[in-house]
Parts: sequence; C-alpha cells; structure tokens
Amino acid sequence: MLARTITHAVVGLDARRVEVEAHLQRGVPGFSIVGLADRACQEAKHRVRSGITSAELEWPMRRITVNLAPAGLRKEGSGFDLPIALSILVASGQLPRDRLGGHAAVGELGLDGRLRPVGGVLAVAEAARRAGFERLLCAAPSAPEAALGGIEPVPVRHLAEAAAYVRGEAEPEPYASSNGHGPEAEPEPRDLDLADVRGQERARRALEVAAAGGHNLLLAGPPGTGKTMLARRLPGILPPLDAQEALEVTRIQSVAGLLDPERPLVMRRPYRSPHYSASVAAMVGGGPGIRPGEVTLAHRGVLMLDELAEFQRPALEALRQPIEDGEVAVARAAGRAVFPARFQLVATMNLCPCGARGDPAAECSCSPQRLAAFRDKLSRALLDRFDLVLAMPRPRAQELAAGPAEPSGAVRARVESARGKPSAEWAPAAEALLDRAVERVPLSGRGRARTRRVAETLAALASVERIESSHVAEALSYRAPRELESS
Amino acid sequence: MNELALAAFAAATGTHLVGEPRDRRFAVFVRRFDAASYRETLSRAGVRWYPRTAREFPPLLRSIHDPPPGLFVRGSADVDLLRRPGVAVVGARSCSPYGAQVARMLGRELAAAGLVVVSGLARGVDGEAHRGALEAGGATVGVLGCGVDRDYPAAHRELAARIRESGLVVAEYPPGVEPAPWRFPARNRIIAGLSAATVVVEARERSGALITADLALEEGREVLAVPGEITSALSAGTNDLLRLGATPLTTSKDVFDLFGIEVGPAGDPDLSEDGKQVLARVRDGPAGGDELVRATGLDAGAVATALTELELAGLIAQGEGVYRAN
Repeated sequence: MLARTITHAVVGLDARRVEVEAHLQRGVPGFSIVGLADRACQEAKHRVRSGITSAELEWPMRRITVNLAPAGLRKEGSGFDLPIALSILVASGQLPRDRLGGHAAVGELGLDGRLRPVGGVLAVAEAARRAGFERLLCAAPSAPEAALGGIEPVPVRHLAEAAAYVRGEAEPEPYASSNGHGPEAEPEPRDLDLADVRGQERARRALEVAAAGGHNLLLAGPPGTGKTMLARRLPGILPPLDAQEALEVTRIQSVAGLLDPERPLVMRRPYRSPHYSASVAAMVGGGPGIRPGEVTLAHRGVLMLDELAEFQRPALEALRQPIEDGEVAVARAAGRAVFPARFQLVATMNLCPCGARGDPAAECSCSPQRLAAFRDKLSRALLDRFDLVLAMPRPRAQELAAGPAEPSGAVRARVESARGKPSAEWAPAAEALLDRAVERVPLSGRGRARTRRVAETLAALASVERIESSHVAEALSYRAPRELESS
Repeated sequence: MNELALAAFAAATGTHLVGEPRDRRFAVFVRRFDAASYRETLSRAGVRWYPRTAREFPPLLRSIHDPPPGLFVRGSADVDLLRRPGVAVVGARSCSPYGAQVARMLGRELAAAGLVVVSGLARGVDGEAHRGALEAGGATVGVLGCGVDRDYPAAHRELAARIRESGLVVAEYPPGVEPAPWRFPARNRIIAGLSAATVVVEARERSGALITADLALEEGREVLAVPGEITSALSAGTNDLLRLGATPLTTSKDVFDLFGIEVGPAGDPDLSEDGKQVLARVRDGPAGGDELVRATGLDAGAVATALTELELAGLIAQGEGVYRAN
C-alpha cells in the first residue's frame, strides 16, 4: 500500500519538488520518516499522528515508512506535515487515490488537527505552478500568499476539512482575513515623518539626495544629534515598490517568516537595523540551514547600521561584496544559495569612541591609539562605499527651536520625479572642477566615480539637463571628512 | 673622533651618546668596527650619513650644546635642505580640529613662502604640518626618534614616503633602532636645533611640544605659540608659553616677519554670490552647516556648493562638521 503526495521544500529562496511517499506494511506498528529530514521534520511524526486522530480519522496500526524524495536534499521545517498526513490517509485507503493529481500541499499540523501557516508559501506556490500544478492545499491564512504565486489556493483550516475536500464532499470556504476586510483593505501603518525633524537642513538634504539616487549614506556626529532619527525616516521618502519588487520582497519575507498574513503582498520597503553584535552569518546569510541574512531581508529597502564602528570588522567587510554585486552567494554544508541583496545602506557613527568629538561642550578623552583603532576599523574600502558622508555637529538650542519642517510626502514627490529622469550630460566646467578636485582634495578613483554619481543625482533632483559645476561642488561636500580617515 | 662608530655603538648598546665614553667596551668596539662595510650597508639601504664634523652638517644644529654625533638621512632632496631657513611646527598628538586646521594652514603657508617645515612625523599637529607643506609643494623635514628606517608611527608610513619623495627624513639613530619613549625628548632637541624658529600649535601642560619649545629657548631660537581657548586643556601649554613671553602667532605673517619675508596681501579669488555670503558668516566665527543655512537663508544644497567652492579656494576648512575660516 503506497501513496504519494507532492510538496516543495524551500532551499534558499527557491523551492524544490519533494515527493512524500507513504508505505504501509504488516508488522509491528511503527512510524519512521526517512530522506534527510531535520529535527522539525522528524517531529512531524507526533503532530501527524495526533492530527489524524483529532480529525476523527483512523491512525493505521501498521508499520509506516514515509520517504521524502529526493533523499539527497536536506529537508527542513514543519511544512511537510500536511502532505505526510495526506499520503498516509491515501495509503490506508481512507482517502481516494485519484483525487490528488494536480495538487500540491504544504502546511503544519497542530495536535488538534488544525492547520498552521508556514514560511515560504509564496516560493512553494511559484515552484508548484511552474511544475504544472493547478491547486495548492495550504493553511487558510497562507491562501492570499499562495494566490500571489499564481496558483489557486485551497484554504484549509483543519485536516478534516482537507479530507472532506479530497473526498469531493465539500469545497473549503474562501479565506477572509480576521478583521473582516479583504487583505488589500487594511491601511498601511504610517511611516515616520520628516516633519518631526527640526533643523538639520544639511542632513535632510543628504537624505533626500540619498533617496533620489539610491546612494549609501553615512551620518557621523556626537550622540544625540538626531542621526538615527533621520535614518529611520528614509523608507518614508523612497518611492513605493513596483509590482515586481513587491513580489521579490514578499518572497524573501515569506521564507524568513516575517510576512503578515493580513497583508500578504509587501508594499512597504523593508527597513532592517541589526544590532551591532550581528555576526557575519546574520549579516549575509547562512546558519545550519541556508537562511537569508540582513542584507537580503533589506533587499529593495534600507539596511541601517546604527553605530557602524561598533560592528565586528568581519561583519562589515562581508558587506562589501553584496553592496557591489546586489546579491550574495552563501555556501554551507546544507547547500548553496544566491540571495538577492540590492539594498540601500545607511549608517550612523560617532566621530570617536567616547563620542565627544563634534560636541563643543565636551572634550574627547580618547587616546591617540584608541582613536586610530577606531578609524582603522572603517577600512578605506568600506568608507569608499558610502556615496554620501555627512558630519553632523551637535545643534545648538536655538536650532532645535527652528520651525516645523517639510513633511515626507513633499520630499518623496521630488525623489520620485528625480528617479525617472534620464542621465544628464556633463558641462565642460563640471568636468574641469572634478579634475581639479581629484588633485586638491585628493580623491581616489572610486571617490571620483562616487562624486560623479552624486552629481548626476543632484542634476536629476534639480530637473536640469546638464550637470553643472555647482552640482559637482555640492557632491564634493558629501565626502568623508579627514577625521574619519586613518591618519 | 669616529662619529659613525659612536652612533653604531650607541645603537648596539641601546644608549644615547653624544660624546665618546671612557669605556673599555667602546675602545674594543671601535677597534673591531668596520666603517667601510657599515657605510656600504647604509648606502644599500638608501641612507646617507653626515657626521657633525662634515661640511654638509647643518650649522644651526651643530651649534646646540649637545649636537648628535651625526645625522642619518633618507629622502630624495639634497642635504642642503637642512641648511635652509627652517621652522619647526609642533604640538599635541591628539589635537582638536582647530589645532589640526592651524597646523595644516601653517605648513602650507610657510612652505609656500619657501621656508622648510620641520616636525616630528607624529600623529596630530606634526602630521598635519607635514601634510600642509606637501600640499603647497614645499619642502619638509621629518625628524624621527628611532632608526631612520623605521615607519613610526606605522599609520604615517605613507606620509613618511611622501616626505621622502620631495624632502628628507632624518634621525640621529642608525637603521634598526626601535622607538622608545625616552628617545623622544632627544628627538625634540634635533627638531628645535634644525629650526630658526619653533611654533607650538597646541599643547597640554607637560607636553612633549613644550620640551621642544624649552630647548629652542635654551638655544636662543625664536618661539611662537598659537593662542587657544582658555577653557581647553589642549591650549593650557601654549597659553603658558604666551604668558612666559613667547610670540603669539595669529597669522603666518608673524613668522615671515622674523625671516624678513614680504608676502603681498592675497585678495580673495573670484567667488560666487553664495560663496561670499557663506564666507562672511564663517569669518564671524566657526559654524556648522545647518547654522550657515539659517544664517544665509540659502537652501542646504546651495550652502553645500558654496562650502566646497570655499574649501577648494583654501579659504575655509572643515573639522567635525564645523567650518572655520583659514
């Protein structure tokens, strides 16, 4: 007595076809799962057994062997519960054999037989559709996510409901989100608004330029100058995700288990701010299985590194390749995966370890050695990745009393119009100024390219067709101050 | 007297010697010393040696009361550089942005006027003074307190290489001598000795730069100090010097006057309207970028453009986000 159901296992951000075979034979009753199943997968035994009993179906008193094929692929997680249960029910003759064609299944079982959503349903749905499946049995809250993958979801709430569906007795009710509205009706929570930031004119300008050109931004200054407050407001002035980007972000968040079932399609740009204790694996991805890291979770959004100089040097150096390539290749014992990592980097830091530099009211107590170590940590190569660097001195009281500022919406409108602009041509005077600056400042080759990029963004923001020397001059003002370079 | 043997002996025994010791060990050392092969090793390492009896040895340095046995010299410039009028620019290693700016400005302006900028290649004020001189395309001399082949501090390896391209790096110690704290005051006497005038930019109380100033005073050289804020510990040493009678330095002209150098007033170059407005505000006192935006009524982008214009013209400098007039 052999039965087979199809599901897909998430590997990296993709899903691979997995056949779940159940074989029942005479002998001492027992239950084993083979085929490189991890711990969560092995524990499926207990959930499936209780689930089947709770659904008032019969647990076959046979020797049961479940094989997850291909046996060479490492399987992780609890999404195999539903296909295992269905295979056993078909094999024991409790469900008809011919009704599961064209169906894939994914979902975790509760001990009471209820179905729970799992991560990565979008990836599973997309893979199933590509493999020619028409319907995907999944937990009801996962249904909108599965629908995004272009497959028709069968939203089931309980194993009994799934059994009834397979028998052809009842079609499960379509899923409506718990608040009674359709998933799209839920308004997005408001982003933090730039109107809350008083003063800080130069930093606001730098933030706008960063948003318009997708430039990496470093804000440096003593504590309490509003660096973090500004950085947090960057997602609010970025243009919304387009349809393709939204799907990419949703796929990642789905695999990472960050998806809000009420809002299956992610429309907001992600904002990730890992703590400075983050390891290399947490940053670029990895772990025992292959999990996306912070650079991937920030794909199409903002990766914010607060207190940049406190991060471990290897974790910072690991950022260089994804910043350059927009993706990161992670190789582990469990396999190899390429994750997208096209993020915008924003970082904040103090000007010295004690934080007093840049504050007229405090005196820096750092020894020259400590200061040198602090600066050495930010290698030239990493500092060179920031198109915009701004030193923010402590504002005085009168500056805090500045009037209310422009709201994010107005800034975003300018950013969106600048993003659509074709690249402008260079005025000879602008080229000449850049050449002069290369000698005078001095500017590395990478620094020169960076200044060019920023100048182009500035011209786009100003809606002009020619890049003038004023744009180059402003771009040059956002270069790393000498204090941050090791001297 | 065999100065080279003396220098080699001091290095080998880890001592500081300016005269021949009455010591049997020295007598033995001299007898065994192979001057020809030692010179050969030196020249292979690109190091020149000038004993204090040599014609090339800088007379100003020879006239101090404890001149070194000789100087080990690296760099592409002619050794006559050491005979040209030199000014020592020294100060704190952990200087403030103000100190760094003044040091670089002095380095630039003194070198541009043809003076040789002498300093100790240390972090902070010393390094900035050297950089300023290099920026102006002028000559600068770095004096080491260790073997002339050492990169000390390591972070200044590149700076030292740039100094050697157009200037000189000198030391009284032969190659191989490791840096040690007790050697630095001795190094300072060479800085003071090579220079007709010494400028102290920023110094705490009991700073090494004050040792240099004291040595300069003992030799009857001119000492200038840059006035600093009375509330800053980094200015305590320089303000003390002023109280003791050092010449206050408020512009490079104070140095030029000592050497009788005439420098015509440099008019401001052609500036944009925004540039003039921003410059006027910065000349009133140091200001952050946001203050400039509010004071001038220009938008942040226009202020950024003007700041770069002024920086490239050498009229202002930025430190920790605060802009100061040069």
